[in-house]
Amino acid sequence: MKAPASPPLDRRGFLRLSALTGGGLLLGFYLAPVRHAFGADIIKADKLPAGGYFAPDAFIRIAPDGTVTIFAARPEIGQGIKTSLPMVVAEELCVPWSSVTVVTAPVDPIFGNQSAGGSTSTPGSYQQMRRAGATARAMLIQAAAQTWGVPASECYAENGTVFHRGSDKKLTYGELTAKAAALPVPNEDAVQLKDPKDFKLLGTRVGGVDNPKIVVGDPLFGIDQKVPNMLYAVYEKCPVAGGKVVSANLDEIKALPGVRQAFVIDGGRDYNGLMSGVAIVADSTWSAFSARRKLQVKWDAGPHAADSWDSFAAQAKELGPKKGEHSLRDDGDVQGALSKAAKTVEADYSYRFISHVDLEPQNCTAYVQGDRAEIWAPTQNPAKGQKLVADTLGLREENVTVHLTRSGGGFGRRLDNDPMVEAAAISQKAGVPVKLTWTREDDMRHDHYRPGGFHFLKGGVDEKGKVVAWQDHYVGFGYAEGKTYSGLSGDEFPARFLPNLRLDQSTLVCDVPMGPLRAPGSNVFAWVIQSFIDELAHAGGRDPVELRLELLGDRDMVPGSGPRGQPYNAARMKGVVKLVAEKSGWGTKKFPRGQGQGIAFHFSHRGYFAEVAEVTVDQDGTLHVNKAYVAADVGSQIVNLSGAESQVQGSVIDGLGAAWQQELDLQHGAIVQGNFNEYA
Amino acid sequence: MAKFTLNVNGQSRTVDVAPDTPLLWVLRDHLDLVGTKYGCGIGQCGACTVHLNGAAVRSCQLPVSKLHDAKIVTIEGLSPDGSHPLQHAWCELDVPQCGYCQAGQIMNAAALLARTPQPTDDDIDTAMAGNICRCATYLRIRAGIHRAAELALAGKEAAK
Repeated sequence: MKAPASPPLDRRGFLRLSALTGGGLLLGFYLAPVRHAFGADIIKADKLPAGGYFAPDAFIRIAPDGTVTIFAARPEIGQGIKTSLPMVVAEELCVPWSSVTVVTAPVDPIFGNQSAGGSTSTPGSYQQMRRAGATARAMLIQAAAQTWGVPASECYAENGTVFHRGSDKKLTYGELTAKAAALPVPNEDAVQLKDPKDFKLLGTRVGGVDNPKIVVGDPLFGIDQKVPNMLYAVYEKCPVAGGKVVSANLDEIKALPGVRQAFVIDGGRDYNGLMSGVAIVADSTWSAFSARRKLQVKWDAGPHAADSWDSFAAQAKELGPKKGEHSLRDDGDVQGALSKAAKTVEADYSYRFISHVDLEPQNCTAYVQGDRAEIWAPTQNPAKGQKLVADTLGLREENVTVHLTRSGGGFGRRLDNDPMVEAAAISQKAGVPVKLTWTREDDMRHDHYRPGGFHFLKGGVDEKGKVVAWQDHYVGFGYAEGKTYSGLSGDEFPARFLPNLRLDQSTLVCDVPMGPLRAPGSNVFAWVIQSFIDELAHAGGRDPVELRLELLGDRDMVPGSGPRGQPYNAARMKGVVKLVAEKSGWGTKKFPRGQGQGIAFHFSHRGYFAEVAEVTVDQDGTLHVNKAYVAADVGSQIVNLSGAESQVQGSVIDGLGAAWQQELDLQHGAIVQGNFNEYA
Repeated sequence: MAKFTLNVNGQSRTVDVAPDTPLLWVLRDHLDLVGTKYGCGIGQCGACTVHLNGAAVRSCQLPVSKLHDAKIVTIEGLSPDGSHPLQHAWCELDVPQCGYCQAGQIMNAAALLARTPQPTDDDIDTAMAGNICRCATYLRIRAGIHRAAELALAGKEAAK
């Protein structure tokens, strides 16, 4: 097997790499007793080898030949973070991007938060990455200034070189590494960050750092991992989540070609942890898959074996017209306003459970030997997986090493590490390294689903078409213990923008595993809310853009409710609504019958978005989306323009698929669909 | 188990596997050519696309016993050094997001360009319809194929 050019490195890998390249520096900071990401105490100047590397913090290493290595600490799942955060470092460091090599960081608290979820990677690491780059730049400038006997204020850095303003003196970073490494690391507060208007790299188009490897098929992903003497495992769980193995035809399975072991694993009911199932360990993936087809398991399916989507939908329909279990918000007098409205509209919206369907099915490679475990995983949250494996297998957390691989899609699914703990448990019991591969059917039927939901809406408009009342009884899914992924905020738009508004929530108790999927909540609420605004616009004879701007009102900032409420910047939202209306030629285009435009906007995760879709509806009702315009305001700085554009295009198309085509059915407590021929 | 000798990326490779083993798993588990990806196992997603005598096929649907001396090319063998116009175009336009489906996309696109060197949008959409990208990089895949067609044409002109 070809070795990946930049394999995930563990401590041993690091030491190996250091030894190979002749630098002892990484050893220095890796074994440092103080384990936090920044600060002078991580790297003591007196530990630096003469003529060696310059590594002012965990993220940067500059070699004497001027090459720069930047460590990417967050999981790459297709969101481009392995490229964009190193770009931030390179910007402040003032090095040419072509001189940078990006290496996936080991999983280590020295790198801070290494999860990728909740749209937090960029906002959570942006300033940290800037300071990392700026600190190193300051030290290199200081080193040059000392060399020349001039004040540092007379020097500046550009393109990996320090220049002196008053003369033609210059020194490359490579020439300065030894001297810079001997300097004390300055207090980060004293380091000057660049003025964003001087950014050269940020905001440009930069291709993904792994692209050259992707296009030649290098082994980058979790499923591509192979370790010596590895066997291949599958794991069958109860179709009804949480069900337990009663018995299985293990003797028959063990006799099948290529099968080395087959055994039952006990597990609990927590779908984020180890659940009961049958493991088959074989000499190849195909042997394991083939044996699996002969496996017969008697299950104790548990108390939810009769659950079905249809019965949940019937319950929701009954609950809808009633008062909700919880009042999320009750402003003004909705009943009174509805009774006085010139027109009222009622609408029921519902959406199904959907699956993440990461194209790389869930998988993990694990080797548990005695009191130690080594894991290779496509995960969005390696540290959480490390703890889960340690707790479940009875190991010490520091004895569980997780190597982070590239992920073939994530969308939130890989924030949960159930495949990791399964692989570790199988390896522990089998006594060999195993790669556990979920089949596509496992992946779709044992997902942690985006919950379905039901909305029962009422709204009223006055004689001018102005919205005067809004009511949504949201019937969502939750667990008996009250946990849910489908909570509606009492601040959700148009709350805070209408005097008469009521939001109620009721819960259908189920046991279907649920989890975050691409902006949880928002990915469905946006559709419900914006569609109903459109229905009210039509009822009142109003232009959908104009009504939306009226709803957003005259205030710029609308404060959140209560201590945890999030403020809503109505000015920014109006900005994107106006922009997308302008760019799409809203109200100025003439469409033939059956064609037209629609608009929607939504705030989620710090982002203000508005979109216009141009659609055709055929005579038979078939819908075609011809074009989509998106206006986005995600703050003052786009990091990678190529990545940002790609994310927007991809999410529009995936959003269409989710809203339009993807839906799962639940029968007899189990998800029905298992593969692409039944889904999407 | 039985022995099969395959012609993969111009090399003769012998494997000892069950006769019904799909080419996909022979490549991945036995020949360490893991660029060809498992996505569905039922020929629905296109992640496992390889060339069989020049045609794009789903390797998850091809039992090793049916291959005989067919010429198999995988993403690792598409070009000796990543220099196929599609590989250039994919990097130039930054097509991949997660990248998992892209080997299959490129192999399918390469077969398209081999028979239709200057494809239209419709040609591309028709030929590529069976390759799923869950990140939905479809717009850039289309642009990438057009760009590769341009690069290939420019290469031919230059060689004249």
